[in-house]
Amino acid sequence: MTQKLTQQQLTELAGHAKSIRGNIIRMVTEAKSGHPGGSLSAADILTVLYFAEMKVDPAKPKDADRDRFVLSKGHAAPVLYATLAEKGYLPKEELLTLRKINSRLQGHPEMKNVPGVDMSTGSLGQGLSAANGMALAGKLDARDYRVYALLGDGELEEGQVWEAAMFAPHYKLDNLTAFVDFNGLQIDGPISEVMSPLPIPEKWQAFGWNVIVIDGHDYNAIYDAIQTAKTVKDKPTMIVAKTIKGKGVCQMENRAEWHGKAPSREECATFLAALEAMDD
Amino acid sequence: MGNLATREAYGLALKDLGDRNKNVVVLDADLSKSTKTNVFAKAHPDRFFNVGIAEQNLMGVAAGLAAAGKIPFASTFAMFATGRAFEQVRNSICYPQLNVKIAATHAGLTVGEDGASHQSIEDIAIMRVLPNMTVIVPADATETKQAIDFAAEYHGPVYIRLGRAAVPDIFGEAYEFRIGKAALLTEGTDVTIIACGVMVAPARHAAEQLISQGISARVLDMASIKPIDKEAIIAAAHDTGAIVTCEEHSIIGGLGSAVAEVLVENAPVPLERLGVMDTFGESGTPGDLLKKYNLTEEAIVAAVKKVVSRKNA
Ligand SMILES: Cc1ncc(C[n+]2csc(CCOP(=O)(O)OP(=O)(O)O)c2C)c(N)n1
Ligand SMILES: [Mg+2]
Repeated sequence: MTQKLTQQQLTELAGHAKSIRGNIIRMVTEAKSGHPGGSLSAADILTVLYFAEMKVDPAKPKDADRDRFVLSKGHAAPVLYATLAEKGYLPKEELLTLRKINSRLQGHPEMKNVPGVDMSTGSLGQGLSAANGMALAGKLDARDYRVYALLGDGELEEGQVWEAAMFAPHYKLDNLTAFVDFNGLQIDGPISEVMSPLPIPEKWQAFGWNVIVIDGHDYNAIYDAIQTAKTVKDKPTMIVAKTIKGKGVCQMENRAEWHGKAPSREECATFLAALEAMDD
Repeated sequence: MGNLATREAYGLALKDLGDRNKNVVVLDADLSKSTKTNVFAKAHPDRFFNVGIAEQNLMGVAAGLAAAGKIPFASTFAMFATGRAFEQVRNSICYPQLNVKIAATHAGLTVGEDGASHQSIEDIAIMRVLPNMTVIVPADATETKQAIDFAAEYHGPVYIRLGRAAVPDIFGEAYEFRIGKAALLTEGTDVTIIACGVMVAPARHAAEQLISQGISARVLDMASIKPIDKEAIIAAAHDTGAIVTCEEHSIIGGLGSAVAEVLVENAPVPLERLGVMDTFGESGTPGDLLKKYNLTEEAIVAAVKKVVSRKNA
């Protein structure tokens, strides 16, 4: 580790992450549908991005110079909305309107009506291409913003991901940093059984990316990898973040069944208690 | 401009546009020599990006560029732009209403010798059905240039359907393309022929031929397929009482269907539709193909006679 966060920062990040996780559980419960597992696995990555790294201002969500974030695994919309609310883009009460009629908070992220959502996603495999376009525009306009994207490990089975994987190094998009949420699970089971995209780091390396493998729940590791990515010239960086699907709620952890299922009200209370008991 | 293919006109128009508007960027998927984006690439190499043979990424990169304020033109063959990348066009471009221009060439049977795998006869239907999408099928070089200039000014997704084969000039320099408006080419009272793209020239010739047979045909160029000119269609129904549509596209879902939708709800009159009859194309010269698939001046004349007799029955 070269770049470390202070103890105070670590404590603050843990607080935000816990609040985000709690809101994920609450909003999915209230919606009676949605994707808690992959939202919880990505919560620490989004926390570090939005609270320790990205140049963004909730008061200016369309600012041309802002950093961008593309949630390519759009089914994890709850973690994005909860993070945006934590950051001040949305009132936290609004989170409970997720997936309901007339709500801005669509089941998958929608950029036209929700401040802070930089790209509409939900159909897997498309987000990295859009991130490529944003990064390319940044180069063309000589703006120094950075573009972040988060992909699922199952999502890597989509062909378009590898079209996009070729593009970014070809055009030397070193202003692009992507993450794979390497939680090992997709809907029908372990990625290695359904359709293995393994080995993941080697594939991105072979496509010309700078690759960093980290523990995706270690704030220092996430932060350090992001800092390293910023120093790499002419290459995009892929941070392969080993994560636990359902992280933070022991009853959900590593269980494929919690990919796209809402807790009952009783489960919600139990899960929130489990989350409270989790050590930071 | 002198009998250019609309793709040739596109290449020139795009280069011109690039000279004037520095925000325009062009993407292609290894077909720049065919789509004619190479003209732009040569003049503005810093704003041209080849994505390789990767049409899904083509649309996604265009979406990202648009999200960051650029005006991207994405080009490849119509088959791949709308077929291979349909869902990217839908979810990454139309749903977020991003400012992407899809200029797709080699549409329709007149691709010719490459055969059915490359002859897109479904693209109007599948682009027209997308919310937020605008669909334009220019008939000649002048209209192409104007459609390209319109697309650059307009904010939102636009699909522009272009052809491989040379087409005769229809419009003079004074022509002004207007979105949502048909262009009246010939005035007439007995029937209205509504055409788009390569079928506009034979439609006009058919109208000339029909005069000697005592039939006065109005001819409308309906380059703006979406939004379509409802007023002109309803007026044609009221004024002439019978309509023929012709297009180099499947009979299902294209111009003929769009016209039928307006007629049936507003002014039902006899309608005959000429198009590719729910079948794939094949290899051949563009001329031979149009003949074999009944997309000719003679076929239009026959359809007009049929629709007029239905009207008078
Ligand atoms: C193109 C497409 N196909 C299928 C789906 C349905 N789907 C939603 S989530 C998912 C599994 C995703 O697994 P992974 O990428 O590993 O996500 P995570 O484990 O992080 O939730 C699938 C198949 C989709 N959203 N998009
Ligand atoms: Mg997964």
